[in-house]
Amino acid sequence: MDPGTVRLRPVGRTAALVEVGDAATALALATWARSAGVDAVEVVPAAETVLFDGVADPGALAAALEGWSPAATSVTGELVEVPVTYDGPDLDFVAEAWGTDRDGVVARHTGVEYVAEFCGFAPGFSYLAGLPADLAVPRLASPRAKVPAGSVGLAGAWCGVYPTASPGGWRLLGRTDATLWDETREQPALLPPGTRVTFVVA
Amino acid sequence: MTLHVVGTGPLVTVQDRGRVGLAHLGVPRAGALDAPAAALANRLVGNDPEAAVLEVLLGGLTARTDAGCWVAVTGAPSPLWVAGEARAHACAEWVPAGGTMTLGRPAAGVRSYVAVAGGITVDPVLGSRSTDTLAWVGPSRVEVGAVLPVGPSYGEPQPLDTPRSRRPGPLRVTPGPRADWFADDALDVLCGSPYVVEPDSNRVGLRLDGPPLERRGTGELASEGMVLGAVQVPPSGRPVVFLADHPTTGGYPVIGVVDPDDLWQCAQLRPGETVRFSRRPAPPAPGSATR
Repeated sequence: MDPGTVRLRPVGRTAALVEVGDAATALALATWARSAGVDAVEVVPAAETVLFDGVADPGALAAALEGWSPAATSVTGELVEVPVTYDGPDLDFVAEAWGTDRDGVVARHTGVEYVAEFCGFAPGFSYLAGLPADLAVPRLASPRAKVPAGSVGLAGAWCGVYPTASPGGWRLLGRTDATLWDETREQPALLPPGTRVTFVVA
Repeated sequence: MTLHVVGTGPLVTVQDRGRVGLAHLGVPRAGALDAPAAALANRLVGNDPEAAVLEVLLGGLTARTDAGCWVAVTGAPSPLWVAGEARAHACAEWVPAGGTMTLGRPAAGVRSYVAVAGGITVDPVLGSRSTDTLAWVGPSRVEVGAVLPVGPSYGEPQPLDTPRSRRPGPLRVTPGPRADWFADDALDVLCGSPYVVEPDSNRVGLRLDGPPLERRGTGELASEGMVLGAVQVPPSGRPVVFLADHPTTGGYPVIGVVDPDDLWQCAQLRPGETVRFSRRPAPPAPGSATR
């Protein structure tokens, strides 16, 4: 896609979906829209789109987006360090997929700075980008019935940390004691979109 | 004052107008599923529109108050008894101190709303008193033994004009955002056929059985943001109308969006009942910002 073009798709009468092609650009647009005070109740970045919901005037939204340039927006969120105990049930699977051993998995996983590009699946569950595409791993063919809160896993080239116990099909590398989601905190999500994340050995 | 819950039936939750502005963190909005009914209940007892009410699924709520208070029941017409005496639907009714109110099973509809003058004042979570049943954000569901705080009321409710009875009709659908993922006739099929409400419908979505909506291709949609009223179509082709507790993102294409004014009907349709859709004109494209 031409990076200078965004496409708006109407969603009902008070929302629009903006197609930008990838998650990093979606995060950049969402970050810009919030700082620019674009008139929308919800601004929801996702894998290839940004949803603007609760928009009084979709025409005005289109006009406002004229002011955005994908190249000009860089995301420099807060850096959060997440300590991990690397004892997950899929460590050996990932080691084999990556052609290394357990220590090699830990070295590669801790050697990358990630960016939380969007949330989904559960409150506070962030999709963390940063792993190179050639380290992508497939999800489990059938999801586990219960993945404990704090589990650190991979799906494709995404990394994620389960904020609460739930079913899940991500390949689990380990676990953290960090509280990913706390409704009583002013910022309930530890890793909201835009956060930079590194993992360290606990 | 407080409300002491003695019985609940299948599901009782506290709901207000929902938890907005947190979809980007994956938090569903929640809020009363039949929003106009909840708003009416609040008006009848003199509450602000944002006061929290009880959403009662198929009756069964029994509660005792420790002080006299005005209540109103709207939505599904559950019979209301106060201290064993039948009272009116959609009217302000007085419950004396120590009195017990009971909601029976409604003859039609699914969800009734109980407003208490002063509103239910459980602690808000992230700016709202609504319980989300997808991720269970918000106050816990109302169980037997719960003691619910009620705020100060504004005095005796003023008489209101009698609200008009609501007429169900087809759910009006605005095409998009992914209507182009479907066969040319898919919207005609959706809007030309009866769909039957499935038993696993809930606050997350109204699940429907009927003629499947065929996709044009076999591609997979990247997860994208979802709105209230989105008609999402999983691979089975059977549409699901997203309601208040819907996930904030989803990976199945949305063929259209149900008009917000029609969503109250989705809160009141019973499994086995039939629903129809009608097509609204597509909105003008908001334009594309092109450089």
